[in-house]
Amino acid sequence: MLQEESDLSLIIAQIVQKLKGSNLYSQLERQAWASLQRPEIKLESLKEDIKEFFKISGWEKKLQNAVYSELSVFPLPSHPAAPPEHLKEPLVYMRKAQGSWEKRILKSLNSMCTELSIPLARKRPVGEQKELLNKWNEMGTDEPDLSLFRPVYAPKDFLEVLINLRNPNYENGDSLSFRTHLGLIQVPLKVKDIPELKECFVELGLNIGQLGIDDSTQVPPELFENEHVRIGQKVLAQQDSAAAQQYIRQGSPTALRAELWALILNISSQPEDVLYYEQLKTNVIQHDLLVDSLIYKDVKLTASNDDYYFVFEDYLYQVLLCFSRDTSVLSHFAFNSASPPKSYIRGKLGLEEYAVFYPPNGVIPFHGFSMYVAPLCFLYHEPSKLYQIFREMYVRFFFRLHSISSHPSGIVSLCLLFETLLQTYLPQLFYHLREIGAQPLRISFKWMVRAFSGYLATDQLLLLWDRILGYNSLEILAVLAAAVFAFRAVNLMEVTSLAAAEKKNHLRELKSMSLDDIVKIHGLFWLF
Amino acid sequence: MSRVLVPCHVKGSVALQVGDVRTSQGRPGVLVIDVTFPSVAPFELQEITFKNYYTAFLSIRVRQYTSAHTPAKWVTCLRDYCLMPDPHSEEGAQEYVSLFKYQSPSVTFPKWLSHPVPCEQPALLREGLPDPSRVSSEVQQMWALTEMIRASHTSARIGRFDVSNRFLLLGLLCPEQIRPDGLLYFRWMAVMT
Repeated sequence: MLQEESDLSLIIAQIVQKLKGSNLYSQLERQAWASLQRPEIKLESLKEDIKEFFKISGWEKKLQNAVYSELSVFPLPSHPAAPPEHLKEPLVYMRKAQGSWEKRILKSLNSMCTELSIPLARKRPVGEQKELLNKWNEMGTDEPDLSLFRPVYAPKDFLEVLINLRNPNYENGDSLSFRTHLGLIQVPLKVKDIPELKECFVELGLNIGQLGIDDSTQVPPELFENEHVRIGQKVLAQQDSAAAQQYIRQGSPTALRAELWALILNISSQPEDVLYYEQLKTNVIQHDLLVDSLIYKDVKLTASNDDYYFVFEDYLYQVLLCFSRDTSVLSHFAFNSASPPKSYIRGKLGLEEYAVFYPPNGVIPFHGFSMYVAPLCFLYHEPSKLYQIFREMYVRFFFRLHSISSHPSGIVSLCLLFETLLQTYLPQLFYHLREIGAQPLRISFKWMVRAFSGYLATDQLLLLWDRILGYNSLEILAVLAAAVFAFRAVNLMEVTSLAAAEKKNHLRELKSMSLDDIVKIHGLFWLF
Repeated sequence: MSRVLVPCHVKGSVALQVGDVRTSQGRPGVLVIDVTFPSVAPFELQEITFKNYYTAFLSIRVRQYTSAHTPAKWVTCLRDYCLMPDPHSEEGAQEYVSLFKYQSPSVTFPKWLSHPVPCEQPALLREGLPDPSRVSSEVQQMWALTEMIRASHTSARIGRFDVSNRFLLLGLLCPEQIRPDGLLYFRWMAVMT
């Protein structure tokens, strides 16, 4: 009991510390001072009266939302003896693997830099700055020569690294034994089984209404949809993050989605936020980074070729170029197993005062990175709001999809969860695919790394991301991937090669599938 | 009251094995680590901190010297304290752990609980089973439907099927899997509204 109490006070202290430096704190202070003018605030009961005032005026709610946000994002404080690396990633061998992977990426980036003789960063001449400012809203019309650039890595390279992950303390042996994992992932992470998933995702049970399924034309709206929309409006009126997160587990009505997501992510567009975005924009105008070319290349290769997203090309540049320069993103590395690449000013190698992170936000984009932003363009049209939402989504969720860690929402756990589900409930299919050299993970990995962006139709994708926000977990991606395989099990049993499995329409054309179809099947899991 | 680190000497781990035979298959699951305290002055042990490395359960025994003439005896302070809820997975495998002395007013030498609070078992208890008679009447209705459909020999998919204003059935029917006792083989999902 003593331990729990001390844990709680540690958490409280940590949150208070964090919030003290935030905007909200200064706003609350100002409000408290201003409230002294009010007649109901009496000197004898100052503390209680101000608290009451905060409650009535909605400021208490804002504070609650901020606290809830901190609890959702930041991990619990760890043991006092634990070093900071332990918070990033507790398992030493995973930290090492992540470190080697990062070295490889950097090497690749540096060699590209040397080959093309392009500096990592340069200041733009004034003429170029003016030009860029003028065409800020139509950067997509630019056709720079990007033929020599290549993405630093693609998801399949990352998959190879994950396949080779080994726990040095785990006896696997080279020969197949009952202890060998049949799938590609060989590390014994704890993943949820179906009973645990059922308990966790209880609102996705078949006896609870879901948007995307129970609002289809055959189902009369009085049954579920109308009531759900009404509750959604009420939740928004209350401006309660926790309630919104609970509500969205059953899906969000399209009209309310943008506001609900902003509420859950605790994003409110304050003038300071708009100003911050403008500052980032200025940084983009003034300096050119090598990473910018990688972003251009990625957008041109992925989002621009996508039927749903090509219209948002300009928005993507406006968000991603600013994202690369946003040093506030660096704070998430405290709980990300990855570390930002550090470089030193020329001639000052090893001196910490001359260390800089490259890119400034520490995140090197890979092939398909822009697809994290693209679906958000349907919801937000104001660049600074779109930017804030994306940044928050990245530091809460997306970073876990491309770094090596043992976190339950990390990509390694998702891969293992996918393989375990498939082996347990579709053993014949799993065995068949394995025999023909088409390990299922090789097919589904790219879906999970991109959180299905570009693979599912946008309306379905947004319903999926509703659940990611609602449950504050990415495990649903693995369950969906397994469900897709289950859905197409019959067809997949007929294929004879990996290429055939991927080429055949039934997996390529995920876009024609609706969550409705998939969930009916993935609902089967609930029955087993 | 200030707390200080007590200098101690941690010996290497010794495997507990039956017999002398050392085979690769017969790897022992129990290792013993001796910790000695070189300082002669008595102290009150408050906390033990360590970093785990794939140990699932921990027991601590202390050799207590009570007085000059009685021989020292071994006391179990902690028995099978769970460090890894699932020893075959990575949970808790490399965590930092602190073990505290519980407040015990009467004894000067630390008296630890010999049966500490066991680590939490994940509770997969089903709360509130449904009423059996209700379930059986609903099952009866489903069975009757099954019989009806089997009799009509169709392999067509049934989408949502309105049985009554209380039931909504979703089903995929695989007639080749019908058996005389019928029910369990159908993938019926009953949704009560």
